[in-house]
Amino acid sequence: MADIDIRQVAKRFGSHQALHAVDLTVADGEFVVLLGASGSGKTTLLRIIAGLETASEGTVSIGGRRVDGLPPRRRGIAMVFQNYAVFPHMTVFDNIGFGLAMQKIPAAEIERKVRRVAGMLHIEELLKRYSGQLSGGQRQRVAVARALAVEPAVLLMDEPLSNLDALLRLEMRAELKGVLQESRTTTIYVTHDQVEAMSLADRIAVMHEGRIVQAAPAPEVYHHPATRFVGSFIGNPPMNFLPASREGQGARVAGHLFRHAPASDGALAFGIRPEDLAPAGEGFAGRVKVVEPLGPHQLVTMDLAGHLFRAVLDNDLAVRPGETLVLAPRPGRARWFDADSGASLAEITQPEPVTGA
Amino acid sequence: MTSLATTEAEASARAEPRSSGRLVMASAVIVLVAWVLVPIYLLVVNALGSVAAVTAWPKALVPEFDLASLAFFANYAGVPRALLNSFLVAGLTMVLSIGLGAPAGYALARFRFPGANLFRLAVLMTRAFPLPLLALPLTVLFIRVGLDDTIIGLALVHTTLAMPFAVLIMASLFMSIPEELEEAAWTLGCSRLSAFRKVVLPLALPGIAAAGIFAFVISWNEVFAAAVLTIENKTLTAFLLQSLDVSPLPLKFAGGAVLIVPALLFLFAVRKYLFSLWGIANR
Ligand SMILES: Nc1ncnc2c1ncn2[C@@H]1O[C@H](COP(=O)(O)OP(=O)(O)OP(=O)(O)O)[C@@H](O)[C@H]1O
Ligand SMILES: [Mg+2]
Repeated sequence: MADIDIRQVAKRFGSHQALHAVDLTVADGEFVVLLGASGSGKTTLLRIIAGLETASEGTVSIGGRRVDGLPPRRRGIAMVFQNYAVFPHMTVFDNIGFGLAMQKIPAAEIERKVRRVAGMLHIEELLKRYSGQLSGGQRQRVAVARALAVEPAVLLMDEPLSNLDALLRLEMRAELKGVLQESRTTTIYVTHDQVEAMSLADRIAVMHEGRIVQAAPAPEVYHHPATRFVGSFIGNPPMNFLPASREGQGARVAGHLFRHAPASDGALAFGIRPEDLAPAGEGFAGRVKVVEPLGPHQLVTMDLAGHLFRAVLDNDLAVRPGETLVLAPRPGRARWFDADSGASLAEITQPEPVTGA
Repeated sequence: MTSLATTEAEASARAEPRSSGRLVMASAVIVLVAWVLVPIYLLVVNALGSVAAVTAWPKALVPEFDLASLAFFANYAGVPRALLNSFLVAGLTMVLSIGLGAPAGYALARFRFPGANLFRLAVLMTRAFPLPLLALPLTVLFIRVGLDDTIIGLALVHTTLAMPFAVLIMASLFMSIPEELEEAAWTLGCSRLSAFRKVVLPLALPGIAAAGIFAFVISWNEVFAAAVLTIENKTLTAFLLQSLDVSPLPLKFAGGAVLIVPALLFLFAVRKYLFSLWGIANR
């Protein structure tokens, strides 16, 4: 077990900059999820930590030791690959025992350890099979077992569940969480599935275009997005954004005046999550365009001064397309962003009375 | 009923061009197969037939099993020696082609380096260079360095002939082995070398063997360089070429049969890799 310290890591592929000065620290035993869209640099960062790729700049330390120059085998890591990479010419037993055999551990000891991890992942009865005789889910378990068998200081996983069907994914997610909580291994887990990220992570590091834009526990990332991108990337349906124009101490958004808005030099943008809206006497008045029932809730899309605006409302509220609906932010949930940089500005904490236009 | 009848008629009308296409395809296949098989059949019948049967016509459908021709061939002066030379040269060519071709193929498959495509092209272009043009300077050079009329000298020439195929077969072979398997081995405690030995090599072995047999057969069948560069140490092909005019018919057929057998065995062994090399799905 060990902590990870990544400082100012940058990576260029020719003229393409895949990573820009990434900083990330992971505490001993912590489970950090790298979350980001396709091409945001998640795999690249993971491979740099593993030593499969060399950083153009910056340093990586594992357990307080600089590992930049070390080959993968000297870093105390184990990795689970997106396509599993189970060795096809070896049995499941030999696959799981591969890392142990490389350490010249006695056969009896290997046997004991392989059986223990195989038990943890419920694959004892598969030990004699070859990877060609396994289903995708079983192969995935073998890949995780193989990585856990060497008892690595750091476990790196690159979208290990992405090839599974939805149901199996849910099941494996819960199981993985159990196994990893038990082993208390420092883990970095890559995914582009935000639900997976929220359910597994101690901390989520959101990546965007080669940068970590926010690294925080899931509720904080959700409720206090550091940038406009994080707000729109996390949460489904995404956060609503509206342009705001300053008026004295406050700002006017879609015809409504907020009396307090954070002071800043640049232009303002207003953000609110669809589930943080409620019907009110005064607020944003828009024409309802579409109503979609979502089980316990309904997703209402409305036209607000020419912008699409979404709200998740209780099912018992009767809303019909064509009606005019007035919605107000729940207390303390409105967010302000710098319109140019997208950076989050100070929050409005007290309930915000909305003054009609 | 009528609508059913029309749809049936339509269906058969639509099937018509396809079935005639199949007919053309089938006859083309039959012609090609006959093109290859008939000479082989005649060769085998004559080689296995009695000495008298060689000139007989029509040929027996089922060949006799009279080994007289082959025995005669085997005892013909110089044949055992030439056969041994052919084996030695081809064996050496195989070893050299694998030894040099495997690393080159691995590099082409795994590393991106400037000039990789040029290298790939250059490897093929060596085959475009006519050997007859090289023969004289090569002979002079070989005499100077003392490689003339030696097994090693001829094997070197054959290796340059076999190398393009060996390199390209092995490059496509290594490309077909996912890089992640190697990377997984590195993270589990392997160096580049031990990962190659424990993961890549076992998976590549059948293909490497195929490339090796390919090199063997290219050398085995090669006539020109063998005839020009050797005098005492003639390989079987060069020997047959030299004694073709003066040798009796049974000897020619027996020699021909001995020459094609390794080629046929080889093709059978490597058909899977040849297909995958040209992008044709296997099975
Ligand atoms: N070997 C490489 N050569 C050139 N560019 C690369 C290479 N590897 C990655 N890239 C580029 O770097 C960027 C980040 O790639 P990376 O694989 O890290 O993305 P990712 O976040 O893992 O995406 P995904 O979710 O699709 O796996 C991409 O724009 C990609 O095209
Ligand atoms: Mg990736």
